[in-house]
Amino acid sequence: MSTTTLPPAEKTTPVSAPDGKASDRTRSERRLGWLLAGPALVVMLLVTAYPIAQAFYDSLFDFRLTDPDNRSFTGFSNYFVILTDWLWWRAILVTLFITAVTVAVELVLGFALALVMAKALSSIRPVLRAAILIPYAVITVVSAFAWQFAFDIQTGFINSWFGWIPGIGADTDWFGGTWSSLFVICLAEIWKTTPFISLLLLAGLAQVPEVLQEAAKVDGATWWQRMRKVTLPNMKAAIMVALLFRTLDAFRVFDSIFIMTGGANATESVSFLAYRQTISRLEIGLGSAVSVLLFLAVVLIAFSFIKGFKVDLSQTRGDS
Amino acid sequence: MSTKERTWWIVAGFAIVLYCLAPIAWIVSLSFKAPSDLANESFFPSSPTTENYSLILTGGASDLFLPALRNSFGICLIATFISCILSMFAAYAIARLDFPGKKFILGTALAVAIFPVISIVTPLFNLWRNIGLYDTWPGLIIPYLSLTLPISIWTMSAFFREIPWEMEQAAQVDGATTWQAFRKVIVPLAAPGVFTTAIIAFFIAWNDFVYGISLTSTEASRPVPAALGLFSGASQFEDPTGAIAAAAVIVTIPVVVLVLLFQRRIVAGLTNGAVKG
Repeated sequence: MSTTTLPPAEKTTPVSAPDGKASDRTRSERRLGWLLAGPALVVMLLVTAYPIAQAFYDSLFDFRLTDPDNRSFTGFSNYFVILTDWLWWRAILVTLFITAVTVAVELVLGFALALVMAKALSSIRPVLRAAILIPYAVITVVSAFAWQFAFDIQTGFINSWFGWIPGIGADTDWFGGTWSSLFVICLAEIWKTTPFISLLLLAGLAQVPEVLQEAAKVDGATWWQRMRKVTLPNMKAAIMVALLFRTLDAFRVFDSIFIMTGGANATESVSFLAYRQTISRLEIGLGSAVSVLLFLAVVLIAFSFIKGFKVDLSQTRGDS
Repeated sequence: MSTKERTWWIVAGFAIVLYCLAPIAWIVSLSFKAPSDLANESFFPSSPTTENYSLILTGGASDLFLPALRNSFGICLIATFISCILSMFAAYAIARLDFPGKKFILGTALAVAIFPVISIVTPLFNLWRNIGLYDTWPGLIIPYLSLTLPISIWTMSAFFREIPWEMEQAAQVDGATTWQAFRKVIVPLAAPGVFTTAIIAFFIAWNDFVYGISLTSTEASRPVPAALGLFSGASQFEDPTGAIAAAAVIVTIPVVVLVLLFQRRIVAGLTNGAVKG
C-alpha cells in the first residue's frame, strides 16, 4: 500500500422485476424519458454531427468560393496537401507548445489557489470567491486586449515597470518575435483559465476524507507526505477531469492569438489555420480538411486520456 | 490557528485577489486615458477623462458599438433561454426517470462540449450563405446552442439529482393536486438550479468570438466581441485603443455584476457538474 484511499463503497443494484417482459410502467417511463430528453439530444447532434459530416464531405473536393464553378472531386488530396505542408506542422507545434505550457502552469498555480481557498478564513472567503470568478467570466477577447495593451510598445507599462530585468528595455517589442509573442499569449490564457481549474481542484480537495488526514497526522506523517500519499491520490479523479477539460480547451486556442498577433510571426494555432483557410481565403476544401484533422486530433487526445489515464468520467460525473 | 499563520493566509488571499483583478483594473484605467495620454507608460491616466466612453456611446463609434451590444444581448439571451428549456426537460428525465440511453445523452453532451468550434464554423459558413442565415440572429443562435446546451444539460442534471423528489408525493398525500404539488413544491426546489444554469450558459454565449467573426458581416448581427476584434478605429487616423478599452469595460460590466450577485451559486454550478463522486 503506497497510497491511502478508502475502500470503494458497496455497489447496490436496484431491485428490479425479474427478466422477461418489461412492465407497462417501465415502458411508459422509458417513453417519457426519451420524449423529454430526445429534443436536447437531437439539437446537439444537429449542431455538431451534421457540420462535421458536411466538413468531411467538403474536404474531398477542390473547392474555392471565388471559383465555385470549378468544383472537382479530388479524394484525399487536400489531406495530402496539408500533411505535407510545413504550415500545418508548425501550427500543430505552436498549439502543442501553448497547450503544454499553459496546462502545466495552470495545474500547479490552480492547486496553490485551491489550497489557499480551502484554508481561507470564512471572513475573506466570499471576497476570494468573487475575485476568482472574475477572470473566468471575463470575455477572452477582453482579457487578450488587456494583456496586449499592457505589453504593447505604445500603450503598455510593462517595459517601464520591468526595465530592471536584463533584456527588457523601453523599446522591447513583445509582439515582434515568435517566442515573446507566445509568452504573452500563454500569460493571458493562464490568467483567464487558472481560476476555473482551481475551483475544480477545490471541489476535489473537499472530497478527500478527513478521517484519512487525521489518521496520517496521528501516525506522524509530515505535511508533504500527507499531500503525496493521502491528498493527491484521493483527488486523482478531480485532477484528471480538470486536466482533460483544460487540455482540450487549450488545444482549441484561437481568440487570444487573433487579437494579439493575428497569427503573425509563426504564432498560428491549428484553429487559426482552419479559420484563415476558410473565412479569409475561402478555400472551403482545404479549410474543411484542416477542420476534420483538428476534430480528429481532439478525439485522439480525449480518447488517449480516457483510455491511457483511466479517467472514468462516468464515476466522477456521478451518473447513478 | 496562530496569529502568524492567520496573517500569512490573509496575505496569500490578498495576492490572489490582486492576481485576478489586476488586468481588469488595467483595462479600466486605460479606458479613462485621453488619446495623448495613451503612451504615458504608466498604469494610471495622468488626467482621467470620459471621452472614450462618449465616443462609443454617443460619438463617432456609437453606430458600431451600440448595435453590437444589442445583438450580443439579444442573441445570448435567446440562446440561453432555448438551452434552458431543452435541458430542463432532459435533466428532469436524467435525474428522475429510469430509461436506457441516459449515459448516451450525457456522453453526447460531453463530446459536444469538447468539440472544436472551428470545425463547426467551416461547413456552416458555406451553408448559411446558401440558405440565407448568414449575418442573421438565428444564424448565430443555432450554433450558440452547441456551446450552451451541453453545459446546461450537465449542470442542470447535477442540480436536479439533489432535489428530494419524494416531497412531491408527500404533498399529494397531504391532499394537493398533481399541479399544486408541482407548482408549490418542485418549482421552488428546481428554480435555483435552472437559474444558475442560465447564468453559466449566458457567460459561455457572451464569450463567443469564433462564430461571431465567421458568421456575420455587418452590424445586423455582429456581437460585441467580434466587433471589438475587428474594430480599427472611428477613422483611420485615430488610434482605436481608448475606444476598445472603453467598449471592453462596458461588456465586462454585466458579467461582473452577475458574479458579484450570484458567486456562491455559480461556483456550485461549475463544480457540481464536474466532480461529484
